[in-house]
Amino acid sequence: MSSEPALRDGSRDDSRIHDIGYRHYDGERLGRASIRRALFSQSLRGAYGLGRSGRSKVLPMILFAVMCLPAAIIDAVTVYVHLTKLPVEYTRYAIYLQAVIGLYLAAQAPQSVSRDLRFKTVPLYFSRPMERVDYVLAKFGAMAAALFVLTATPLVVLYVGALLAKLSFGTQTAGFGKGLLAAALLSLVLAGIGLVLAAATPRRGFGVAAVIAVLTISYAAVSSVEAIAYSRGNTGAIGWLGLFSPITLIDGVQSWWLGAHSAAVGGYGPPGVVAGIVYLLVALGLIGGSFALLMRRYRKVGLG
Amino acid sequence: MTVIVTEGLTKRYPRVTALDRLTMRIEPGVTGLVGANGAGKSTLIKILLGLAPATEGAAAVLGLDVATEGPRIRADVGYMPEHDCLPPDVSATEFVVHMARMSGLAPTAARERTADTLRHVGLYEERYRAIGGYSTGMKQRVKLAQALVHDPRLVLLDEPTNGLDPVGRDEMLGLIRRVHADFGISVLVTSHLLGELERTSDHIVVIDGGSLLRSSSTRDFTQATASLAVEVTDTDRHPDGTRAALTAFAEAGLTTRADGRLLLVDIRDEDTYDTVRDAVAELGVGLVRMEQRRHRIAEVFDNRPTGHDEK
Repeated sequence: MSSEPALRDGSRDDSRIHDIGYRHYDGERLGRASIRRALFSQSLRGAYGLGRSGRSKVLPMILFAVMCLPAAIIDAVTVYVHLTKLPVEYTRYAIYLQAVIGLYLAAQAPQSVSRDLRFKTVPLYFSRPMERVDYVLAKFGAMAAALFVLTATPLVVLYVGALLAKLSFGTQTAGFGKGLLAAALLSLVLAGIGLVLAAATPRRGFGVAAVIAVLTISYAAVSSVEAIAYSRGNTGAIGWLGLFSPITLIDGVQSWWLGAHSAAVGGYGPPGVVAGIVYLLVALGLIGGSFALLMRRYRKVGLG
Repeated sequence: MTVIVTEGLTKRYPRVTALDRLTMRIEPGVTGLVGANGAGKSTLIKILLGLAPATEGAAAVLGLDVATEGPRIRADVGYMPEHDCLPPDVSATEFVVHMARMSGLAPTAARERTADTLRHVGLYEERYRAIGGYSTGMKQRVKLAQALVHDPRLVLLDEPTNGLDPVGRDEMLGLIRRVHADFGISVLVTSHLLGELERTSDHIVVIDGGSLLRSSSTRDFTQATASLAVEVTDTDRHPDGTRAALTAFAEAGLTTRADGRLLLVDIRDEDTYDTVRDAVAELGVGLVRMEQRRHRIAEVFDNRPTGHDEK
């Protein structure tokens, strides 16, 4: 309790430290919106290890580089070989690299929410002006934004390369725009799924395993069933199967809505308008549903 | 201005009644809230912070209605939880700055207030090290600092001395005293140990089973609850020294009850000690022990007025 700093050294008058006692704070107190923004930016930076230890920067930065590297190579090839179009569609890029995105989500979603649960920091947030919805919005927004940075940056690299290669400006810009839209939707859907799984347990390891399991198992299952349907000639079913895994769901939405070529077996996207709308509704439902689940989850972990 | 007012505050869960028509007023200063585990302390704190609605009744904190002005109350109140709540891999400075931001302070203000507050709770060079390596006492100080960093007008401290050794306990109690005396911040501090609250609080509120058992100034409380434990030897003249002393104390006008070989004398004032000493000397028996008894909350409950027992 000794708040009286060294006064022993009284001879050197000009360098003495004075204990000025307790000072009240009468400065500005920002409202909930600012607090939400502060938590959002802290969480977004944290998702790339910024403001955290050097060790926690390694994985997200490597994954970020891995995401961008193929785009840079594609650019180089396009420019030097004088291709007339990019060898990869903007909308297809994330699907090719889904394993990287999955790894990133599995590592960062638990990082973002499990820590607060595990160390019981959540009650400290809720004893402050913010409400539950502010916390969930900030965490959800930050995770989605982090994923968007991860998935949209390589698209920017591709786009810049395409322009350098003097490909058609109109076509490229349209493709790039669609790619960004699809990346945004993908980020929101994956952020929701990742956070719900990660927030279910205070154990970070379980969170990581759960996210990887849900993403890979669902994708593997959908792909194999699609292949079986294809070999039996049941192509109509293929277009519906994509609903059951996050990545193929986004693929379905973008192939119907944005006119992208479907990555499903044989290129069979959602059959018709009704199917397309169902895909879009399921995607939006997933986002809304994960938000609702997170709100419910945090109702239980108020003050312990 | 009254800090906390509750009026018929009731909180019922499907199977238990956590608060039962609790009516009380808490004035500025340090108030100790005493209750056994499950007495409703945590529920009360939740309601006061506007985080859980009351089933019936009303409460106001700093003149703000808990039912409608939760965020405003929480901007002006600090809360230190009973349980561990610190991430081990960040430094105290980083953690408290973040919590200041979460209370609505701008980045620069958050850093300045953090440096000030950590110094006031007694954390100096170690504040740049990761919290994981701190002692329990240092962790408690960080928890207190995050409750004070936004300069609240009231802090709610939930069992702040839990897990501390006697020295750490004394330091924490001294710090709590300073929060009011030097910082001018009102304090509501909970504990299940009445003894330590006697030394820190101006006022003590005892709740049990969710309702108010007692609310009075610490002075009244100590007088009613403190007693002196006396043990004496037998001598040839007094083969049963204990019985002889009991009689002698009664003659000297002291209220005493025997508990085996121990005699518990109610302390009325400072003179009680002298009276006991003189009475024992008069008898010529040996004085084995004479010590002040700290009352635990259970003893207050034993002495509660009849009629309160049935629930």
